[in-house]
Amino acid sequence: MADMTADKPLISLQNVNKHYGDYHALRGINLDIRQGEFFSLLGPSGCGKTTLLRTIAGFEDYDTGSVMISDRDMRGVPANKRPTNMVFQSYAIFPHLSVIENVAFGLRKASMSKSEKMRAAEAALEMVGLKGYGHRAAHALSGGQRQRVALARALVLKPKVLLLDEPLSALDRKMREQMQVELIKLQREVGITFILVTHDQEEALVMSDRIAVMFEGEIAQCDDPEVLYRKPNSKRVADFIGVMNFLPATVRKEGETYLAEIAGLGETEITEAQCPGGVPVGEATVGFRPETLTLLYEGQSATHREAPAVVDEVVYYGDMTYYDVRFEGVEKPVRISMRNIFGRDVLGVGTQVRVSWSPGALVVFDQSA
Amino acid sequence: MAASGRIRRFFRTEQGIGMLLVSPTALYALLLLAVPLIAIFVISFWTQTGVRDFDTAFTLANYKEALTDPLYRQLMLRSLMVSGLVTLITVVLAFPIAYFVSFGVKPEHKSLWIFLITIPFWTSYLIRVFLWKVILGYNGVLNSGLQAVGIIEEPLSFILYNVNAVIITLAHAYAPFAILPIFVALEKIDRSLLEASRDLGESRTMTFLRVTLPLAAPGVVAAVLIVFIPTIGDYVTPRLVGGPGGLMIANMIQTQFLRLNNAPLGATLAVLAMLIVAVIAIAFLILGNRAAGGKKGARK
Amino acid sequence: MKSLKTYAILYLIFLYAPIFLLPLFAFNSSTIIAFPLESFTTEWFTELLTLSEMHGALLNSLKIAVTSAVLATTLGIFAAMAVSRYSFPGQKGIMGFIMLPLVLPEIIVAVSLLIVILRMGLDTGAWSVIAGHTLICTPFAIAILQSAFAALDPSLEEAAYDLGETPASTFRLVTLPLVMPGIISALLISFTISMDEFIIAFFLTGAEPTLPVYLFSMLRFPKLLPAVMALGTILVVLSILLITIAEFFRRRGAKRTGNDTGGFL
Repeated sequence: MADMTADKPLISLQNVNKHYGDYHALRGINLDIRQGEFFSLLGPSGCGKTTLLRTIAGFEDYDTGSVMISDRDMRGVPANKRPTNMVFQSYAIFPHLSVIENVAFGLRKASMSKSEKMRAAEAALEMVGLKGYGHRAAHALSGGQRQRVALARALVLKPKVLLLDEPLSALDRKMREQMQVELIKLQREVGITFILVTHDQEEALVMSDRIAVMFEGEIAQCDDPEVLYRKPNSKRVADFIGVMNFLPATVRKEGETYLAEIAGLGETEITEAQCPGGVPVGEATVGFRPETLTLLYEGQSATHREAPAVVDEVVYYGDMTYYDVRFEGVEKPVRISMRNIFGRDVLGVGTQVRVSWSPGALVVFDQSA
Repeated sequence: MAASGRIRRFFRTEQGIGMLLVSPTALYALLLLAVPLIAIFVISFWTQTGVRDFDTAFTLANYKEALTDPLYRQLMLRSLMVSGLVTLITVVLAFPIAYFVSFGVKPEHKSLWIFLITIPFWTSYLIRVFLWKVILGYNGVLNSGLQAVGIIEEPLSFILYNVNAVIITLAHAYAPFAILPIFVALEKIDRSLLEASRDLGESRTMTFLRVTLPLAAPGVVAAVLIVFIPTIGDYVTPRLVGGPGGLMIANMIQTQFLRLNNAPLGATLAVLAMLIVAVIAIAFLILGNRAAGGKKGARK
Repeated sequence: MKSLKTYAILYLIFLYAPIFLLPLFAFNSSTIIAFPLESFTTEWFTELLTLSEMHGALLNSLKIAVTSAVLATTLGIFAAMAVSRYSFPGQKGIMGFIMLPLVLPEIIVAVSLLIVILRMGLDTGAWSVIAGHTLICTPFAIAILQSAFAALDPSLEEAAYDLGETPASTFRLVTLPLVMPGIISALLISFTISMDEFIIAFFLTGAEPTLPVYLFSMLRFPKLLPAVMALGTILVVLSILLITIAEFFRRRGAKRTGNDTGGFL
């Protein structure tokens, strides 16, 4: 029995649809989010991720389907009655209240004494690293501080779910990276389910236990970061998360094995596990990440397979160098990322090189997927 | 039942809440503005028979009288001329001010300037007009001052109780009305557009003519309308500084209503004045839009 | 820019010239309003105290101005909230009509209201002036309040709602405090407009004149003109004071919500 309740999702969305007039904003969303999970909704702008978050928060109605939180149907339950709290993109810090008044805002109707409320608010402030900031005016805070206040204000209510709408997009890069780490730590500490909306794939990969990638109102893939990165289920997801090279291929079956003839790389055996959409016999596309390829220097030999290529473009990044190379007979350049090692020269454009590649790192897609 | 449910649902939508919220104000304007305006239109076709009694039979007699009597025609033409001149003067005088505040004043001082410009507008109109009478009068500030300094021997008499005085006073009263819309339009101009024009080889003057002025056009159009429309119906200024030769249509409307007790004729004059203003305003807007429309197309 | 600045300063002098003359004559002992000035006196201000009719008019005006300001601001809040938050069918037309008194000659408003009141067999009085003043003050109130509401980040209200407040308590705890400077500003502006308005009051005032209507009747008596100057001085000083306070509140509101659009209208 205990196991059964542990397995039950905290939030469960079934076939949720929403229209704005003629525009189909959410298309048959099915999603289960577990207790204590750090979950991200990732997608380009206009994909419906914020609408989905606001649907869970209770700010948006949906046309059909159901939203359940802790086994309770949320239809007709307004935002102020839901066990969710939100960190807004603009942070929505009340400008007429002090920091501590902002944090204690939601405790107004709580059945505790005034001093208990203040203590709870102080504790929340301490948790986000703003101890002693309570009596500052809200409008005198920096962007990062405002974000912490918004976090404290939501967490002080001990919600079942914390919803974060692009909370880091207004911060500069350094601050954003610092806050990413702090948010992960904070989430582990409080053990509350976090749902993060972001358009930044790197941020989602760094922070989340699981990610739902959304395009045009639909969830394209929902998996943990590593699976998403290694085994994207479509070219679109592959392209959105990180960089993926694509080369045309032809797949045929010979006995019990599948063989793929890849442009520029030659023939190799592939397994069903490498084909997220089933084995596409016939015309296909193979994808591989830049770091799965290696340029071979003089005297080095390939661990798996190798193919000749010409360096087409070199982009130097300090710790890394990106090479765009062309395999024989392939028009489209392929990107290779190489860690720069002291004493090894960066190769020039036009250099003839050998490229080591591993058949196991390939993902094979249907031509159309 | 279904219909009432549908109505209830509508008032929970975005549009429904908006309608519901605006309805008290809209209802107020409907009852106290729309109904009276319709009433005045209807009454213009009636005939007054007693103090509060009307013959409600439809007649065009008032319009016939208003349009043929040379007195009314003269008042109407004079009102149009005064309004037109006042509009021209205020807008021409206002543009450099708006330009100066928008381009020549530090951003943190802009709202102070605008505030200074608008303050006189918020003080009693009646008192301001009366002061112009004091300034322009035969023994007024201007004449007594000029005489004291010895520039003139005899007081100037062409500056009070005539059309000139009306124009000067109205131009003064409506100055902020002309400045604000032009200022707003100038503020909206992206400053990099001007730099782009200079960068592409245009002189300061040509940049002003080819970029600033066309982009400020909507503000100028708004300024013209916001000055022209109310001045035509001004009552206080002609009454206090206009003398018999400077009276305008509003004075006649007041006379018909409160002195001659001929509300239908007063209503007719009011309707005609509004119609003429509306026609001129619409014609001006169409012309303005056409001028701006071509440029908008080019901008795209 | 330098010659423009000179022009701007001359222009400001032109704008303020009549107002600056007021106190000169209000404190001048001559009964004729002309230069050269004679000696300093406060006689005309003390004379105001003896004009009991004026006191009635003043009270009447205050009563009308306060009522009109409250009504216009209330109507303004509804309309400003509606346009800054929601879009509804016919929005442009409806708002255009509500804002129409901004450009409509006041005499049109006055006579059309008068005709309806008389046709309905009612008598004019303070109430009809209030009705007219509310109509002309509402557009000004809307203009001020609309920018106050527009400056308010809608996610602030969502945040309050998300933190457990009801729509009503959200309005009380978040919306109202943040737009309060705009509301005060709208009240003061409406009050000032109503206090100074002449035409509508002239047509609709009935037996009890408002201050401007009484002042207009004073203008016919040359003997009373110095007192008019004194009264005018007081009114102008009061108007400037109220407008400055209104501007102060408007700016404070803009500062709080974090964006200053600058200036009225």
